[in-house]
Amino acid sequence: MIETTTNWFEACRVEDAVQNGGVCVKCGEEQIALFYFTRRNEWYATQNLCPHRRQMALSRGMIGSVGEDPKIACPFHKKTFSLSTGECLSGDECAIQTYPVKVEDGLVYIGLQN
Amino acid sequence: MNHKIVIVIGNGMVGHKFCEKLATKSDNFKIIVFGEEPRRAYDRVHLSEYFNGKSAEDLSLSHKNWYNEQNITLHLGDPVKEIDRESKTIHSNKGLILNYDYLVLATGSSAFVPDIPGVDKEGVFVYRTIEDLELIKNYALNVKTGSVLGGGLLGLEAAKALIDLNLAETNVIEFAPRLMPRQIDSAASQMLQTKLNALGLSIYTNKGTSSIEGENRIESLKFNDGSELKTDILVISAGIRPRDELAKLCGIEVGTRGGILVNETMQTSDPSVFAIGECALFNHNIYGLIAPGYEMAEVVATNLCEGSKIFNGFDMSTKLKLIGVDVASFGDPFITEPDSRSILFEDTHKGIYKRINISNDGKYLLGGILIGEAEAYNMLLQTVNNKITLPPNPEDLILGSRGGSSQTENAGLAGLPDDALICSCEGVSKGTICNSVSSEGCESVDAIKKCTKAGTGCGGCIPMVKDLMLHTMKENGKYVRNVVCEHFQLSRQELYDLIKIHNLKNYEQVLDNVGKGDGCEVCKPLVSSLLASIWNDMILKRGNDTAQDSNDRFLANIQKGGTYSVVPRIPGGEIKPDKLVIIGEVAEKYGLYTKITGGQRIDMFGAHLSDLPLIWEELIAAGFESGHAYGKALRTVKSCVGSTWCRFGLHDSVSYAIRIEERYRGLRAPHKLKSAVSGCIRECAEAQSKDFGIIATEKGWNLYVCGNGGSKPQHALLLASDVDSDTCIKYIDRFLMFYIRTADPLTRTAPWLNKMEGGIEYLRNVVVNDSLGMAEQWEIEMQNIVNSYQCEWKTAIEDPEIRKRFNHFVNAPEEKDPSIKFDEMRGQKKAANWTTA
Repeated sequence: MIETTTNWFEACRVEDAVQNGGVCVKCGEEQIALFYFTRRNEWYATQNLCPHRRQMALSRGMIGSVGEDPKIACPFHKKTFSLSTGECLSGDECAIQTYPVKVEDGLVYIGLQN
Repeated sequence: MNHKIVIVIGNGMVGHKFCEKLATKSDNFKIIVFGEEPRRAYDRVHLSEYFNGKSAEDLSLSHKNWYNEQNITLHLGDPVKEIDRESKTIHSNKGLILNYDYLVLATGSSAFVPDIPGVDKEGVFVYRTIEDLELIKNYALNVKTGSVLGGGLLGLEAAKALIDLNLAETNVIEFAPRLMPRQIDSAASQMLQTKLNALGLSIYTNKGTSSIEGENRIESLKFNDGSELKTDILVISAGIRPRDELAKLCGIEVGTRGGILVNETMQTSDPSVFAIGECALFNHNIYGLIAPGYEMAEVVATNLCEGSKIFNGFDMSTKLKLIGVDVASFGDPFITEPDSRSILFEDTHKGIYKRINISNDGKYLLGGILIGEAEAYNMLLQTVNNKITLPPNPEDLILGSRGGSSQTENAGLAGLPDDALICSCEGVSKGTICNSVSSEGCESVDAIKKCTKAGTGCGGCIPMVKDLMLHTMKENGKYVRNVVCEHFQLSRQELYDLIKIHNLKNYEQVLDNVGKGDGCEVCKPLVSSLLASIWNDMILKRGNDTAQDSNDRFLANIQKGGTYSVVPRIPGGEIKPDKLVIIGEVAEKYGLYTKITGGQRIDMFGAHLSDLPLIWEELIAAGFESGHAYGKALRTVKSCVGSTWCRFGLHDSVSYAIRIEERYRGLRAPHKLKSAVSGCIRECAEAQSKDFGIIATEKGWNLYVCGNGGSKPQHALLLASDVDSDTCIKYIDRFLMFYIRTADPLTRTAPWLNKMEGGIEYLRNVVVNDSLGMAEQWEIEMQNIVNSYQCEWKTAIEDPEIRKRFNHFVNAPEEKDPSIKFDEMRGQKKAANWTTA
């Protein structure tokens, strides 16, 4: 079994995040989209790059649900991806990377695998 | 119970499909599968998507545990090397010796490699398996120019794969005088070539390759005509060769040119042995498509389960997207005079070629070809296969019905016999699909897919499945509701009324009160637009901001690359020189590309998200306001210069245009709204192409409505003539409120009118004669909206909370998105091109 450790990256304060929407977090050279799904009291993080046309845009998209599954729609061409698994829900784009999120003392952390 | 043992040799698409079919039909068999490749059967039809980011697992036809769950033993990476027919045993490469009752050969085919000198050089590949693709991918890392030998279906697929690998140059070489010689004629090939050239593919037809040159690795190709082509990599895709060597070895009969001979039940010369897919030779034919392979699998599975089914040969009709170009060929595409007559349609501007071949008496469709646009394919194929009598003007089949009603499509659907094959991959008939709707209660395409498997293969029949579903539901007296999405089981109009009645003020309230779930990208902008139309609140008020479509959320149009464009309002297209200077200065300061729009305004492109509030601060200080170019709202009222300057002008069209634009600015509607005012009948402002357009007459104004440009242009129709300025505005108030209230989402005024029963006569009755008694209420509602207008950008820049949202990084607000790239063109910047994954 391969050991992985999770590094928790401090992204922002809870009040900096957009309720029921996304913000973009700069994480070294990476751009990560962070979503505060206030309606469900859930947090999600994914890559900010939409794989369809390779645009840094997912954090500016609309979140929602299909059945129970939370999803994000890219603002460019409305490709949708599951926020929980990263799987593409419309058409056949490849899946996006997802990251764990935790909130402690009013600060939001994104989990990066080492 | 004693299980019969079925051994399947080959785990390709057809071998897998056979297992699926047999396992579904019966539990009486013990199935054992041997596969040569290391992985479970995968989708070879969409192999090139492997270069497009799909993984081997994505392409797999089954999930990991499927074979286990079905109690099927799967031996991968272990080809069978010998069959002993006398003792009914097989010997595998790894040394397994197993008995069978029935043996199914699904060994498929290998790439045919022509005997060209130098074919063994480094850099020459075939295109068949995921392993082949991996070899190509690795080799292509350091090469610039690639070539594909073979311009057939597979060859063009391979060329697509090379394009996806970002080679600087890709060539296709075909021996025949045209591309896809088995499917399309030379005019079609010409059209296809032109389209493929435009996509960066160089195509050489009529080229016989004489040798492959290069020291150790390929450097160029030499042709019979003496010419030479430099290339760093060559992918051979010149046809297939059935894998019949195992059958041959054990004495089963094979064709002289390859292929295992089978009868109509797919039985080989040994009654216990069957062959299916590309290795089987039926009636002198090898069937290199997936649908006939699946049909063969069905035949064997049915007969083993004591059913009775025979293989009748197969229609080789096909429709596919080749590098983004639709190509379809059906029935007999090549038949000519004196056996038939052809109708041809060619549009070199759009790159469309269509050919249909009809019987001499004009009654039946025999076959045809479609390039560039193949929407009609399913219906045409059905017309051929079911011998449906042609309409009196068969050209309508490819040109669409011109004039009169457009009922032809549905009439055709209803006219199909119940046994018409709709999904040829899975062999599902019209009757089965309609039955799943009537008796099994399937009321979505997904439900039908699950129930009948229709549409789960290539997916080409899905539009037809959907039409059949709607048609059957209607026939059963089911009210087909036009609902917004899964979160609102309501039409837009119902939602409009509910928001008003319940006094709902933001998206969350609407969802909690009349919807369910968590919303989505369909209902959010729709509800936001309704809220804006009804209450005219600032759209970025907390709680509504994230329910706005992206452009509304950032009050600007998102453009390629992730920057935004800025359009200040220039009412009527009239602007003072000092304001022109301001636009120039702002554009220069923020490095923006400038262009005059079609609506007499100036668009500035390439603004970083975080620059938007700064840009607007300067524009607003200079007296500009938002142009709402980002919203489903009134855009612009175009005008000609009118009687103030023009020697023909009857009235002052500019002043009237400004009055109208300032009245309806910011008005949210189901779709964008455009208007224009012309000062005389010469119509320089093109008012008759607008949602509402006004033309000066001797006695007043003529009001035209429901014109559209866009993909289906439509002229506006006269609603009222010779009315005075105030009356004209009253009519526009009523017209717009009626539209905003009743139109379906994202429906512009022209299609809204087209769907209205009674058409323009009815509309005139409602607007001019007030037949619904709504005129006064609508005028009051419109006046309320006009009174509550605010410039959204002014509100936005004055609110620090809203301004915060215009930073790209939440944790580095001062930094811009480093991934944004520009190129230069004619002294200005332009967005860098899309790159595909």
